[in-house]
Amino acid sequence: MPYYCGVDIGASSVKLVVIDEHQHLVARAIRRSGIDYAQSADRCLDEALTKYGLDRGGIRRALSTGYGRNNVRWADDVATEIACHGTGAFFHFRQPITVIDIGAQDCKLIRLDAQGRRIEFKMNRKCAAGTGAFLEEIALRLDLPIGELNGLAEQSTKEVTLGSFCTVFTATEILAKIRAGERVEDIVKGAFRAVIKRIEEMGAIDGTLVMTGGVVAHNPMLPRLASETLGKSAQVPPDPQCIGAFGAALMALEKTNGTP
Amino acid sequence: MAATAERKDFAANKQMRAVMGKYFTELGQGAAEGKKTAWCTSVGPAELLRALGFNVYFPENHGAMLGASKMATDVIPLANAQGFSPDICSYLTSDIGSFLKNETPLQKMGLAGVPKADVLVFNTNQCRDVKDWFQWYARHWNVPCIGIHTPRGTSEVDDALVDYVAKETETLVEPLEQVAGTKLDIDRLREVVDLSKQCTLLWKQVLKSATHVPSPITFFDGTIQMGPAVVLRGSQDAVDYYRVLVDELNQRITQGVAAVEGERLRIYWEGMPIWGKLRDLSSQFLQLRTCVVASTYCNSWIFDDLDPADPFRSMARAYSSIFICRSDDFKEAYIERMAREYQIDGILYHDAKTCPNNSNSRYELPLRLREKLGKPFLTINGDLNDLRLYSEEQARTNIEAFAEQLMQV
Repeated sequence: MPYYCGVDIGASSVKLVVIDEHQHLVARAIRRSGIDYAQSADRCLDEALTKYGLDRGGIRRALSTGYGRNNVRWADDVATEIACHGTGAFFHFRQPITVIDIGAQDCKLIRLDAQGRRIEFKMNRKCAAGTGAFLEEIALRLDLPIGELNGLAEQSTKEVTLGSFCTVFTATEILAKIRAGERVEDIVKGAFRAVIKRIEEMGAIDGTLVMTGGVVAHNPMLPRLASETLGKSAQVPPDPQCIGAFGAALMALEKTNGTP
Repeated sequence: MAATAERKDFAANKQMRAVMGKYFTELGQGAAEGKKTAWCTSVGPAELLRALGFNVYFPENHGAMLGASKMATDVIPLANAQGFSPDICSYLTSDIGSFLKNETPLQKMGLAGVPKADVLVFNTNQCRDVKDWFQWYARHWNVPCIGIHTPRGTSEVDDALVDYVAKETETLVEPLEQVAGTKLDIDRLREVVDLSKQCTLLWKQVLKSATHVPSPITFFDGTIQMGPAVVLRGSQDAVDYYRVLVDELNQRITQGVAAVEGERLRIYWEGMPIWGKLRDLSSQFLQLRTCVVASTYCNSWIFDDLDPADPFRSMARAYSSIFICRSDDFKEAYIERMAREYQIDGILYHDAKTCPNNSNSRYELPLRLREKLGKPFLTINGDLNDLRLYSEEQARTNIEAFAEQLMQV
């Protein structure tokens, strides 16, 4: 059976998904992007193929996306992460949706109509605020492993507001909060809330709110805070970190089938 | 994407380089030959200055050269350190930074530096920054800085406004005559205004050629081709050049030559160029087979109202009617008209951090126009000259995604 591969080379991780002609997931792999995107994509593909007992010859078509999309030697096609996240999310929610993707280096707002056609998209402006890089900086400032943030935020009992547009200034705000004796759990939740506030500013949320990306996958509190702040229940598709790669695989299949 | 897409140069370019080279040579030799130099804002009363015999120098053109040569980002910090905020006009900060460092692209053209002003003449129709900018040099050289304070945000350019601006322009004559050491010859002024009008009509034809599908010219070509319309309006050289260019464009239209091979999308560029990234952006759009066919920026040097029979009032009307000093109602109607005339598929707004006056995406205008036109828009964040404010990767991805979106419609 022929397979279709999507690979999403993000600022932090490479995500790779293989599907069959029935759009079923066959294999997936994630690894750090590192500094050699081409090599990371190769290794990610090898890892997925080995793990799931497939061979390269079975991949009929591959499409790459993300920051390193033009570095994948074996990709037949290229599309932006905006197209791929939209396609991947729409597969799970076939209705008008607004996708919020929170990645390591950027966040995106993508509005799709009932047919999955893109109406509008927006990426974050110049600063890292509202992205995974922001949370990494906060973890560093609080001397915490990034993986512990969600657990700590879950224990918060108080709202602590962090208001700056700027990641560095927010880190300075945190120093002031520490000096004022605020608990680390509340500060972390405040940082999560700040991410959602940056997203709220990006544009209107029409239709169903769908959240994707690695930051959402690792921090389930974020969709809950988004639902509270944005007044809409945030939906999370299966495997939200790989939704761009999944969308890329779907697009590879569509291109093979000749559908737009 | 077509990896082989290449920009098609104009045969006329050789003549443009000669015309521009002659202009800069004359500027450089001005003082030695006893000519006085007047600095003028790009939409200032250049005709009046030329009629009085001044060599006319346009610092905004120098700002664009600093941006295009990528010198701007290196020299801006020098002006910042002298008290000019990184948030104000980066033409101003790059020009003053360049002066402080004594490094300018003009040196490659044989000039020692920027030509010293004998007088600086501004028009605030574009922004207040031009006046602040000129006053710095006026203090430095102890020379007069005079100008016109055009009302901004106007919906209708009525007679009262024209009277006021014309009167202010007339009051410049006496101090300018003193610097020039000569009296204004009104017939010479009429002659210069007539040449400006001819230049403007030809420049308009150049830009209108892009209404053809496929377009024979892109916005990126336009930013280069507009040089003579900016610095040489009122001269025979500019008129002669644009006649040649118009002929070449007509030839392209007749032969069906597209500026962007396989043109499949047509875009309107709203806002300032990103001077240091023109080449990269031009080649990205070529690869996307997308032609940026029209822009507010290039159209800002069309002055339909100039009339040699009534030089002062017609200059006042022309220079008070430019897009940048108009109300949002006017701007909305203007872009709507342009979008229809040029058959555009989408609008790209460049939100230039240091140029709020020429960034029109900040007050909901894109959403209103999307509603009216049913055409998508994209806003990219950047700057005219300060590349510290521009994320190349973000902009590239946004533009690529925009083309994807337009292709799905």
